[in-house]
Amino acid sequence: MKKYTYTEKKDTRSGFGAGLHEAGKRNENVVALCADLVGSLKMDAFIKDFPDRFVQVGIAEANMMGIAAGLTIGGKIPFTGTFANFSTGRVYDQIRQSIAYSGKNVKICASHAGLTLGEDGATHQILEDIGLMKMLPGMVVINPCDYNQTKAATLAIMDYEGPVYLRFGRPVIPVFTPEDQKFEIGKAWMVNEGTDVTIVATGHMVWRAIQAGEELEKLGINAEIINIHTIKPLDEEAILKSVKKTGCIVTCEEHNKFGGLGESVARFLTTTYLVPQEFVAVDDSFGESATPDQLMTKYKLDPSDIVAAAQKAMSRKAK
Amino acid sequence: MKHTISELEDIASQVRRDILRMVHAVQSGHPGASLGCADFFTALYFEVLNHNTSFNMDGKDEDLFFLSNGHISPVWYSVLARSGYFNVSELATFRKLDSRLQGHPTTHEGLPGVRVASGSLGQGLSVAIGAALAKKINGDKSLVYALLGDGELQEGQNWEAFMFAPHNKVDNIIASIDYNGQQIDGPTEQVLSLENLHAKFEAFGWHVITSNGNNMEEIVKTLQYAKSLTGKGKPILNLMSTQMGYGVDFMVGTHKWHGSAPNDAQLESALGQIKETIGDY
Repeated sequence: MKKYTYTEKKDTRSGFGAGLHEAGKRNENVVALCADLVGSLKMDAFIKDFPDRFVQVGIAEANMMGIAAGLTIGGKIPFTGTFANFSTGRVYDQIRQSIAYSGKNVKICASHAGLTLGEDGATHQILEDIGLMKMLPGMVVINPCDYNQTKAATLAIMDYEGPVYLRFGRPVIPVFTPEDQKFEIGKAWMVNEGTDVTIVATGHMVWRAIQAGEELEKLGINAEIINIHTIKPLDEEAILKSVKKTGCIVTCEEHNKFGGLGESVARFLTTTYLVPQEFVAVDDSFGESATPDQLMTKYKLDPSDIVAAAQKAMSRKAK
Repeated sequence: MKHTISELEDIASQVRRDILRMVHAVQSGHPGASLGCADFFTALYFEVLNHNTSFNMDGKDEDLFFLSNGHISPVWYSVLARSGYFNVSELATFRKLDSRLQGHPTTHEGLPGVRVASGSLGQGLSVAIGAALAKKINGDKSLVYALLGDGELQEGQNWEAFMFAPHNKVDNIIASIDYNGQQIDGPTEQVLSLENLHAKFEAFGWHVITSNGNNMEEIVKTLQYAKSLTGKGKPILNLMSTQMGYGVDFMVGTHKWHGSAPNDAQLESALGQIKETIGDY
């Protein structure tokens, strides 16, 4: 098992804030919009340096999505910022009509996704957003795994022409990917090569998959761990190559098991190369108030849950 | 003026024939408010807008128009074709398979003149405001126009947009309301009363003007006046009274023709009331 270490913990939303600031420096067409959550989205540096390219829309997310669509007409590259819940479900039709169907170059940037928003509870913990966004034709869906990857993804989507959903979170988590990484949309990252089971993970679950891989190693199981940061378009080639080697797969996501990464992988594998698959995901439930770690344990998203899923997937392989 | 009022009225007459023939041909579509807005669209595209019919999505240094109540696509398609965005013969493809003239306007098939999909109501003003902000950021002095239905004002997103524009001094936008008092299920005052729209818009901080949207001379003058009000710190709102179905005696003033197509006899009767001026497509 390849060794991963970290020297600090940071939140992925700060990676977005740093990426947005850098994007503002690199391209004068970058504009940012926020629905009264500037601090939560870490937009302060951008606003300080580019006040004329920032739009405070107030608590009016539907209007924000429409304004973002309009800003693209005139060559702007708008990045909208609010919580994932209000970035997707609340404004689904605005995104569908004014952005996705209209082919607008809007970057929908969503913080506080998933259970790890914590104490605010289920009203704010969306676990359906990946599903909602990936169903929209032409929408790119990205869920980066740490501060550095989120920053790199923010810069990468600036250079991509078309609508993007970028999902990140609130808690501080280990920073374990390289600072100078090149982020390629739709290209999986091989975290660890292995032979016994494929573990694909996205977002906050990637570090947990690494921890699970270390546990599995102690049990004599050699896990191949792949980071799928781009859920759509899915890196089918990387997944196929891996399962041909390992013969089974576990998908890990901080999302409802319906509509997430796991279902995208299953859809692909059932039509190409069927292998046993286990889902580490929320079991069709809303969240609740508690600390992020407590919730990840209660909703079975811990490294130990990945280990158990890997063992189960392996046991289902054809003897 | 680029055209005399009489010339504009002749164009509007032809546009009304186009609307009726398009909707009749596929026995679907929304003739009522399309007829009611034929004069406004004609004035806008043939007299008021500074626009380029060799379409460019970004529309830099030209005036832009956004239709929020996208179901009145027949009048827009007719005026776009008649003003040179595409050939008038394409009007015959309205709502048919593989057409660029979808039931509701969209960019998806690349129809020149359309900059965003609309028809899911209540979204157009936000998009128009975004385009107006882009013009400000770009130092582009041209203007953004929008048309909204009155029934559509029941959608809450509009009021987010009405609140946003004055606060942010979006004074390069002229939004018109097609104030016909009708919607699918009946008169707006029965379905969900709009109450005093004039007072509401003023209270939100818009510069409100009123007009008769079925009088060509008044529409042209109103829009020219609205232009003179831009750049003064406030967005402009043209509360434009129209009659749904204007121009056809049995269609006028009722919601019944909101989304119904005339049959063969009704078409013949309707076309008998509207002069063919620059030639049917």
